[in-house]
Amino acid sequence: MTTPIIECRNLQKWYSGVHALKNVSLTIHPGETVGLVGDNGAGKSTLIKILSGVHHQDAGEILIEGREVHFRSPKDAMHHGLETIYQYNSMVPTMSIARNLFIGREPLKWKIGSFGLMDQKRMRQESVQAIADVDLHLRSPDALVGELSGGQRQGVAIARAMHFKSKVLILDEPTNHLSVKETNKVIGFVRGLKAQGLTGIFISHNMQHVFQSCDRIVAMARGEIVFDRPTTETSIDEVHDLL
Amino acid sequence: MKRFLKIYLDKPELAGLALLVILIAVFQIKSNGILLSVENIRGVMGLLPEMALVAIGVTILMICGEFDLSVGSVFALMPMSIAVMLNGGVPFPVALLLGLALCALIGFINGYITLQFAIPSFITTLGMLFIARSLTIVISGGFPPLLPDNLPTWLFTDYIWQGSILRMSFVWFVVIAVLAGAFLSLTNFGNWIRATGGFNEAAASMGIPVKRVKIVCFMLCSMLAGFAGLLQVLRLGSPLPSIGEGLELQAVAAAVIGGTALAGGIGTVFGAIIGTLLIRTIDNGLVLSRVDANWFKFAIGLLTMFAVIANAWMAKMSRKIKVEAHK
Ligand SMILES: Nc1ncnc2c1ncn2[C@@H]1O[C@H](COP(=O)(O)OP(=O)(O)O)[C@@H](O)[C@H]1O
Ligand SMILES: [Mg+2]
Repeated sequence: MTTPIIECRNLQKWYSGVHALKNVSLTIHPGETVGLVGDNGAGKSTLIKILSGVHHQDAGEILIEGREVHFRSPKDAMHHGLETIYQYNSMVPTMSIARNLFIGREPLKWKIGSFGLMDQKRMRQESVQAIADVDLHLRSPDALVGELSGGQRQGVAIARAMHFKSKVLILDEPTNHLSVKETNKVIGFVRGLKAQGLTGIFISHNMQHVFQSCDRIVAMARGEIVFDRPTTETSIDEVHDLL
Repeated sequence: MKRFLKIYLDKPELAGLALLVILIAVFQIKSNGILLSVENIRGVMGLLPEMALVAIGVTILMICGEFDLSVGSVFALMPMSIAVMLNGGVPFPVALLLGLALCALIGFINGYITLQFAIPSFITTLGMLFIARSLTIVISGGFPPLLPDNLPTWLFTDYIWQGSILRMSFVWFVVIAVLAGAFLSLTNFGNWIRATGGFNEAAASMGIPVKRVKIVCFMLCSMLAGFAGLLQVLRLGSPLPSIGEGLELQAVAAAVIGGTALAGGIGTVFGAIIGTLLIRTIDNGLVLSRVDANWFKFAIGLLTMFAVIANAWMAKMSRKIKVEAHK
């Protein structure tokens, strides 16, 4: 068996009185696309936020490729190749696509410490390439992200993750508020992850979407993992009944 | 109207520039050619760098999504603190550095309180407006201290050469404006400022230290305001405790007229300068045209409202996305 890319051991998380994660253990292998389902408040986002460095667990360990990690910020998680796309999208609407792609990771022509002059030409060129790589067709890297449709924005976010050679792409309800057509596009992106050699965690309320695009289904309820099986060995009805 | 709004949306600072040219033409005629006379320009150019520096600081802070109402008070406190130190025998360069450090500290406090306690900066800095003004008057001891006459005004406020229209303060203004503009649009930190103000959550999720970015902007804003105040005091030759009153609102007006979004994320240094020029031109033009000076605030108010309406349009698309985020 390969080394798991992500291994969570006995994660616990409290939010001032709310026990949001109760002893959650989850092992994910490279190349898997895991569908994470569960009712509102089950703790899915909490688990994701810990994995992406936004929150820190109160107890338990996280191992990435076999080594224990302590994420203090989203940046730490990104350094380890974990990139998260939220339902609201992690794009700044008032900035161009090229600038959005490189927020926090701007290529610098000249610098003192970690501050310096951005290489804007490179940002433009590479963003054109990155967007083309996910089969997204946009007019210009200088277009404002706010002018894109919701699906296009998620596409740019995915292009960004790919461009920075992320190993794990986490999508927390990326299809909320999207039209059917746009949703299908995002599901297409999720299905394409495997071909690109990426590991995926896809959270959605819609069982159909998860079953269409993931090869393993994990269900959470009240802060615990209550179900974990390959997609081929279960059915939408079974998961529905359980929740 | 709609057409004009649209142009304004795409390039607000250019629309401002067009308006500026029109106003200059109108006032030039109304004032019988006095507006563009050397003497008048010389007067306007004394005040302009001071106001523009404050507006630049306020603009940068607004782009990162925060406000500073204390700039007018800091404008008075910084030179007053220097005057007091000079009278205590502190050499000018040391006093200057300490004065700037005081401004940085005020900016830091503004930012720290705002972020730590999640208070709107509008309120935090309103508090600082009173505190800094009060300190100014207290340390002045009730009457303005005299400035020593060996200050290096040649470096700050003297005319660049004998009979020149421009003072050294104009050189400072140009250099700082160019640096601030480059900082904002060419550096990665500038990118972070825009991202932080454009959509705080997204910037944070991309690993931008949003709180630190904001605090740096608060500090820059206060330091620019203090430095501008020093320029004014050196120009006038006396540290009056009442200078800069109302400046905070004029600076916000200049920023907004120059296309800075109230919601953050959008704005330029050039826009701030255009906004300041517009306000100065209207002020000066009305006086020269012998219009009742009280119309000045009316005109600025009108212009600000127009800018804010355009701003609201601009914010629409970004708001749409932010609403999704908070569902
Ligand atoms: N920042 C927070 N502060 C307090 N409670 C929270 C916070 N985030 C989530 N919770 C609580 O933790 C529980 C799990 O929430 P969450 O992880 O968002 O669930 P899901 O994503 O599965 O809907 C819920 O009871 C929720 O109210
Ligand atoms: Mg959730």
